This record gives sequence, structure tokens and C-alpha cells, in this order.
Amino acid sequence: MKSLFSVIILTLFTLVLFGVLYPLAITGIAGLAPGAGKGETVSVNQKVLGYKKLGQSFTAEKYFWGRPSAVSYNAAGSAGSNKGPSNPAYLKEVETRIDSFQVHHPYLTKKEIPSEMVTASGSGLDPDISPEAAMVQIKRVATARNISETQVAALVEKSIQKPLLGLFGPSVINVLELNAALDQIQ
Amino acid sequence: MNTEIAGIIAMFVITLLLAIPLGKYIARVFGGEKTFLDPVFNPVEKFFFKASRIDVTREMNWKQHLYALLSINFVWFFLSFFILTNQGWLPLNPDGNPSMSPDLAFNTAISFIVNCNLQHYSGETGVSYLGQLIGLMYLHFVSAATGMAACAVLFNAMRERQTSQLGNFYNYFLKSCTRILLPLSIVLATFLAFKGVPMTFEGKDTITTLQGDTVKVSRGPAAAFVAIKHLGTNGGGFFGANSAHPLENPDYSTNMAEMIAQMIIPFAMIFALGYFLRRKKMAWAIFGVMTAGFLLLAVPTVIFEMNGNPAIEKMGIAQHAGSMEGKETRFGAAASGYWSIATTVISTGSVNSMHDSSMPISGAMQLLAMMINAFYGGCGVGILNYYVFIILAVFISGLMVGRTPEFLGKKVEAREVKIAAVIAILHPLLILAGTALASYFAAGDTPMGWWFNGNATGWLNNPGYHGFSEMLYEYTSSSANNGSGFEGLGDNNPFWNITTGIVLLLSRYLPIIGPLAIAGLLADKKYIPESAGTLKTDSSTFSIMVFAVIFIITALSFFPALALGPFAEYFTMF
Repeated sequence: MKSLFSVIILTLFTLVLFGVLYPLAITGIAGLAPGAGKGETVSVNQKVLGYKKLGQSFTAEKYFWGRPSAVSYNAAGSAGSNKGPSNPAYLKEVETRIDSFQVHHPYLTKKEIPSEMVTASGSGLDPDISPEAAMVQIKRVATARNISETQVAALVEKSIQKPLLGLFGPSVINVLELNAALDQIQ
Repeated sequence: MNTEIAGIIAMFVITLLLAIPLGKYIARVFGGEKTFLDPVFNPVEKFFFKASRIDVTREMNWKQHLYALLSINFVWFFLSFFILTNQGWLPLNPDGNPSMSPDLAFNTAISFIVNCNLQHYSGETGVSYLGQLIGLMYLHFVSAATGMAACAVLFNAMRERQTSQLGNFYNYFLKSCTRILLPLSIVLATFLAFKGVPMTFEGKDTITTLQGDTVKVSRGPAAAFVAIKHLGTNGGGFFGANSAHPLENPDYSTNMAEMIAQMIIPFAMIFALGYFLRRKKMAWAIFGVMTAGFLLLAVPTVIFEMNGNPAIEKMGIAQHAGSMEGKETRFGAAASGYWSIATTVISTGSVNSMHDSSMPISGAMQLLAMMINAFYGGCGVGILNYYVFIILAVFISGLMVGRTPEFLGKKVEAREVKIAAVIAILHPLLILAGTALASYFAAGDTPMGWWFNGNATGWLNNPGYHGFSEMLYEYTSSSANNGSGFEGLGDNNPFWNITTGIVLLLSRYLPIIGPLAIAGLLADKKYIPESAGTLKTDSSTFSIMVFAVIFIITALSFFPALALGPFAEYFTMF
């Protein structure tokens, strides 16, 4: 009985230290971080367009599109499709996505369609696409906006985030920031 | 060189370089030597022990250690179970998430106490902030410290010539928390917060997107949570998508930091053993075997993920990025494949890609990593698991050369080998029996009644061989205290909550009790000085022997099951 009392008291004290004081300290520190710990947002002219790190659903022809999402970019939740690589229903779905991508980009051969544009991300909220996936969309976006392809291409080029220190990891483009910049042109 | 490959090499090298000094520091902490944090934490610890009337100078034998360990774990279960089943009306619940059902709370509480973190719920909808911080994050700290304290007892038993006094459990436990886990967590959480991981008590935000849709955005006190989730090799995520979620792992630098954080303590414990026993060569021998095993699992996985899905290749599109289903663009296929093996050899179980969508061979490697469960391993317990294989290897080598098996100057006799054999058999037994049970119901598409809403095949997200892999993975992950999943599996129901809950309990505590019992028994024996006939346990020959024992036990136990799941899927695809 005495040792049970001891472990309960020890549990309560450690609970205060690790479960209360530690998160409060980190909350205090996070207040100094960009976004004050509430998540960084992207705004244009004081209007918040969304969270910088969270992807949004883009379906209009005048925007660059992000990747397919298992949760339709609803950030109240998050999930991947969890489809296995040999699942016949899943493979059929990918074929449908390829066909639909080709309908919207008739100038592309199949070989030019990047697989990431027809496969769902892990979180369903992937904010990025690869530079290759942006390149193939330039013509569509330029046509829809009635501006020159070189103008859009220059913007894409400017949006590329290089690998960490130029050495580690892939290059990516944040779709929301690219589209927000695109809207600024007109 | 390819920047994706360079990234994973950098992660491994940085971890190793940081782990060596950290190992030295951990050895000092466990040895009771002075450390630079003494002025801050000595008074705190003294106060805690005085208030709880624990005399930390009282040394314990191995049975008293186990008694202390189990009784404090028992208290945590009730604490966590109470919070999870009542979080709906308790404070800090801005999103109005409901209390957990008893079977889900049973599974979740056990899962976090045993350092597994299966998570049959989604963080955004399944727990309140109080549940996250008190019900779960507190357990991130103390469950990791439990493993480290058990490991400290093992170190002590290996060092002493002949004793039954192996230090004080509460002392090792609290010091693991305050001297190792807490300071590292503060550093990592600060870094993550500045890189964009939220740390707020505000509830969901509502935003209008650029295209004009209205969506809600889940947030919360994530930075503190994500830091200890990796350092303690727990792996239970704040959000449903775990470290694939952009707010939990915003960019490549945080991905590297989280990767390094989850591997650093398991690496450091090996070097701590070397410093503590003054047997650095033995530490490097152990590290060598573990690294060889790790690379044999990681390299094929990275290659298969970077090569992409052959079924999609046939459709004629470009797979320059590799297999991208279930992966995030900012990490890429290489870092996702590498993470999937690191998180399964170590018992973290956090994911930055969805393992269910991995290539078949990658899935097999993830499963094997957990089936072996002794390459690096979780905080502290990795060494305990490896210790069992050392004892078996010592015994078999002894038989081969016709000498009484000895390890560190102690005779290994029938009783110790029996315990080691039971522990080695337990893991395949729990995994295969569980999988057999679930497959039996799924094969017959049995109506499950109260246990599951509908027929048994309803819990599968994929048909055929892959469906079998989903069930095999769930029990493997439970038994290895891993916590990752082939998450397509419909596991939030009484059948999966209760059966995996039982596996979790058995597979955590018996593999702690077993090695500590062996170590305690050996420590009590008379010390025999080394002679020319002593088996050298830090030689490369012995290292190969241990590797062979691990391979044979796993191959014999698990290859039939792997053949039915991932290997069969592989042969239908390639």
C-alpha cells in the first residue's frame, strides 16, 4: 500500500512537469515564431488566403492544380488513400485520373504526365508539387488567363524552392503561393 | 549526386555523430556522475522523491525493479483511461470532440503506456487537447523512460562482478525523463515551432480558400507533442496523417530533424553501454550488426520506392518521382522509403508516408524490421531485445565449441536459456496466432456481431494478398510495440481494439521481464575471470553468429506468412 501511494504521488508530480509546464513553456516560445504558433498564413493585401503549409483544392483552369487528395483538401481531417499498389479498383481510378488530366491538357503525350498528379498524397493536404508537375500545366494556365506562356513560366521558375542548402531533398513548388502570385499579375 | 539520396545519407551520418557524445552523457547520467543539468534538476528530483516518500538510495534487486516498473505503469493506465473516456466534458476541448468508447480507450491507453501508439482514432476528431497532452503526451515521456530505466538496470547487471543490488528504479526512471528526454524535447519542439508546427490552444480555424471554398483547419498544441513523440520512439501522431501531415512535419528540414530525433536515443543507448561497461569494442560490434541489418532492409526499400509502381508504369506515364501514392512531394520517394524502415526497426511507428501504399517488397521489409525488432530498437528496449539474441548466440556457440557458455564472466545455464527461448518464441506466437485468427474470420467472411459492424472482410481496404498483409501488419506492429499500420485496415472496433490490446500488454512486459530476469540471475552468479578459452563476445565472429541466430529465428518463424502476403503480391506485379 505504501508503495502504491508513492507511485501515485510521483505520477502526479511528473504529470505537472511533463504534461503541464513543458507544453506551456513551448507555447510561450512558439508565440515568438512566425504565425505565433497558430500556423503560418498566406495573405495578399491583408486578406488571408489560407495556411501556407496546407494544400487547397484547385479545379479551375486558370490555376495550377495540386495533387489528388483522399480527403478533398478538407483540413479538418487528414488521410491517405491507403490503397495497395496492386489493388485493381485503385489502378482503374488512376487510369481515370490520367484520362481526365489528358482531357484538360490535350497538348501532352501520356509519357509527359507526372505520376504525382494522378496519385493521392499521404496526408491529403500536400501543399506542393514538383517543378515538373508545374511545367506541364503552364500552357493550360496561360491559355485560360490569356497571358503569354513565358510570363507564367518565369513565375513558375521563381517559385521553385530548391533542396535544403542546395544539397538535400527534392525541389518543390508551393501551389497556393504560386496561384496567389499568378492572381497578382492581372 | 541525387539530392534525395544525399538527404538520407546525411540523416544517418548526423544521427551517428550526435549519438556518440549523447551516449557518453547517458552513461554518466546512469552512473550517477555529475552532469551540467544538476543545478536545475537536482532540487526538482529531490522534492519529487521527498513528496512521494521514495528513498532513492535504496538499491533494488531485479524482482523489486520489476515490481516498481509494473506498479507505476498500472497507475498510468487508469489515469489515461479516465481522461480518454471523459474528455468530452473535461476542459480544453474547443472542437467538442467526444469521449472515447471503452474498447477504444482500453486500446489507446495501453498502446501509449507500452510505447506502441497504435492509434485506432484520428487526432483531429478523436481526442481533446487535454486528452492529447495529459492522456497521451505525458505517456510519451514516461513510457520511454520506463524502457530506458529497464535498460539501465541491465547495464548495471552486466557491469557488476557479483551482486543482487542493481540501483533504484525510480531514480533511473526520473533521470531518464529530466536529464535526457525533457531537455532534448525542448530543443526539438522549439525548432519545430519556428518551422511552422502549431502550438496553440485555439480550436479549428475557418478559412475561405483562393477558389472560394470554405474549409476548416485543425490545429492544436502539436509542437511539444511531436518532439517527444520522436525522441521517445513513441510515434503516436497529433494529427491523423501523423508526420505526413504538413503541420506536423512542414518541410525537409523538419523531416530530417524528426528522423534524427527518433534514431538518436536508440543509437546513443548502444554507445552508452560501451561507456558504462568500459567495453567500447562491444558497443561497436553491436552497432555493426544492427547497422548491417538496418541497411539490408533500408536499401531495397529505397530502391523499390524510387523505381515506382510497375502497374502504373504500364499505363505509360512518367514516374520520375518514384512511387508517389501515399507520399508527400516535399519528402520524395527516397526519404519516405528510408523513414518507413527507420520507424519500423526502431519501435517509433510514426509515418511520413502511408505504408499501406508502399511497394510489396518495401512492405515486406517494414514487416521484417518489426518481426526482428532488435536492430537499434525502441528507447532502451532495443538493447533488451538484442540481449536475448546474445544469450541464445552464446548458448549455441558454447554448444558448438563444447564449452560451458559464458557471457561477461558469468555462466549461462539452463534457466537463463529457457527464459531467452520463451521470449524469442513469444513474438512470433503473438503475431501469427493473431493473424491466423483474423484471417480465419476474413476468409469465411464471418458475420462478427458485437465485435465488428458487419462481415469480417469489411475491415479490409484492399483485396487479395495485400488484404492479408494488412492484418499481418497490424499484429506485427502491436507485438513489436511499433504503432505504425497498414492504415486502410478498419481497426476501430471491439475486435481489433481488444485483440491487439491483449497482444500489446503481453508483448511489452514479458520482453522486459525476461531479459531483466536473465540479467539479474547472471549478476547474482560468481564471476569467472577471462581465460584463453573464453568466448570473445566483441569479436566479428561472434557478431556474425548473433546475426545468424536472428536471421534463422525470423526466417523460420515468419517467412511462410511473408510469402502469403507481400511476396505473393510482388510476384503478381513484377
